[in-house]
Amino acid sequence: MQQDLVHAIKSNPKYHELVSKRRTFAVILAIVMLVIYYGFILIIAFNKEFLSQPLWEGSITTVGIPIGLGVIISAFVLTGIYVFRANSEFDRLTNEIKEEVL
Amino acid sequence: MRLWQNAFVALALSLVAGAALAAGDVGEVKKQAVNIPAIVMFLAFVAATLGITYWAAQRTKTAKDFYAAGGGITGFQNGLAIAGDYMSAASFLGISGLVFINGYDGLIYSVGWLVGWPFIMFLIAEQLRNLGKYTYADVVSYRFQRVPMRSLAATGSLVVVVLYLIGQMVGAGKLIQVLFGLDYVYAVTIVGILIILYVTFGGMLATTWVQIIKACLLLGGATIIAFGALHVVTEGSWSPEALFRKATEIHAKKDALMRPGALVTSPIEAISLGLALMFGTAGLPHILMRFFTVPNATEARKSVFYATGFIGYFYILTFLIGFGAIVLLMAPDSGYMVTNAKGVLELKGGQNMAAVQLASAVGGNLLLGFISAVAFATILAVVSGLTLAGASAISHDLYANVWAHGNVDEQQEVRVSKMATLVLGVIAILLGIAFEQQNVAYMVGLTFAVAASANFPILIVSVFWSKMTTRGALLGGWLGLVSSTLFVILGPTVWTDVLKLGDAIFPFKNPALFSMAIAFIGIWLGSILDNSENAKQERAAFEAQDVRCQTGIGAEGAASH
Repeated sequence: MQQDLVHAIKSNPKYHELVSKRRTFAVILAIVMLVIYYGFILIIAFNKEFLSQPLWEGSITTVGIPIGLGVIISAFVLTGIYVFRANSEFDRLTNEIKEEVL
Repeated sequence: MRLWQNAFVALALSLVAGAALAAGDVGEVKKQAVNIPAIVMFLAFVAATLGITYWAAQRTKTAKDFYAAGGGITGFQNGLAIAGDYMSAASFLGISGLVFINGYDGLIYSVGWLVGWPFIMFLIAEQLRNLGKYTYADVVSYRFQRVPMRSLAATGSLVVVVLYLIGQMVGAGKLIQVLFGLDYVYAVTIVGILIILYVTFGGMLATTWVQIIKACLLLGGATIIAFGALHVVTEGSWSPEALFRKATEIHAKKDALMRPGALVTSPIEAISLGLALMFGTAGLPHILMRFFTVPNATEARKSVFYATGFIGYFYILTFLIGFGAIVLLMAPDSGYMVTNAKGVLELKGGQNMAAVQLASAVGGNLLLGFISAVAFATILAVVSGLTLAGASAISHDLYANVWAHGNVDEQQEVRVSKMATLVLGVIAILLGIAFEQQNVAYMVGLTFAVAASANFPILIVSVFWSKMTTRGALLGGWLGLVSSTLFVILGPTVWTDVLKLGDAIFPFKNPALFSMAIAFIGIWLGSILDNSENAKQERAAFEAQDVRCQTGIGAEGAASH
């Protein structure tokens, strides 16, 4: 990429908006996923009783079942949230930048 | 070209005939009634995939076609193909077997295999698409010295590919032996020959479609078994509670089946295993390569979203399958339990056959045959993805960029890639035979530890940290590769259990926490201490790299046809 094109893009305010919005968003979602996953692992390591309680009075299904499935579903939902915003807002910003500088 | 096509058709025909003969021979002695539907369906799959390979071969002309299917795969197709690349027979049979024996612990294990995907989405997917061309080494050598960086990345790729191949080939041989009554050597050879055909003739396009078909078959088959079992067990009420209740009545663990057990005991091991699974996925060359088959970052993101959905759904199914198997197979009078040499009652064919035996209990021989064929298809799809990634590391990274310094004719590069595929296919067969009697269960753990410690750190740091230099990347990358391998060899799994050398020198089974830390510290230290002229240029080049990474401007663009 030519140096003048790089400077043109970097001096475009929309570029900074795109970069900072996307970075913040990705970091937040990554932290949420880390907390969910390691939260689950640490509960297993330190508080098995919590996960072993029956889900309702007299049930054989334990609290651990919906929580475990919830971790799987949360991974899917978090990627969905990211792709929804990235493929609309971030792509729109990217296209605007391209139109302005190219 | 004509000659190639004739040779291809002849090879394909003789292979199918050979497989039928070989299978028929052994099948007559063993359980023939079980084998025939399986063999028919397997042959149908082979015929279909060879047909696709023939079709793909005519569309594979340029290097971009060969490595990246011309960049014309859609996000949805790529999502399915990624799922097909990632869901191995080992995870299908292994995790449902784990649930069959341990109940809830199997779920904990499968969660770890899924959580890497969101990180690929947030950190890697679109960056790869915007910066790379055919292999992830394109990204890590973008602004660094080509020869040493490509050599490092190609070595990391090849180590991961070979380790993963050993596990897959041995698993394939054993599985096919049980399912089809085929000789181990025959089974491994057939797998090897088929993947050589797919990859050399059809390149990434054929590989992609083999993976897509396999993903559909596996998801469809697993859905039928899981919900079929739920329907049969609960007499039509579809209540998971009823399924769990019956399972706890039959299983020796009783209520403990529904609770976390012994799988997570040491928090250090758990954290370390979690890191290897999460970030190892983002360091698997055959997975990373899939992001170059889509036209742009938008489709790359969609692929991860669909892939995460399919893989997550698949793990939920394996959980249901494990519990269904407990209820329908574990009762001593079910006809599926046999007394082994030690006088203990166990599942016919071992715990890993839980999903396969459940198919027979739910849908008879037809479903059993279908699932057996699906399991074989699963192995073929994973192995062909691995072989293509290995061949690309040899031809695109080592041959074209390291040996020929980028001055190479495209057709010549593709020819080298096809030769490399042939060699890798033969190596895979030989490794499969050599490791037949070995316990290869630790191979998957080793693969992920190496991928997370050698490939992932240099990839992520080169994209996000402007101050990384060639020297830092080399130091960290090689240290990660060597330390993760050494820790596994010196650890309890290999040192004590496989080599039987007594107490392990390295005390943890899962080294990723330590080897990843070593890799990142190596990169950081090597980079900040590097004041060479090259280092200054590399830091200055980050700006242009970052702009391309963020916007996709200048990226290897849209489909070529």
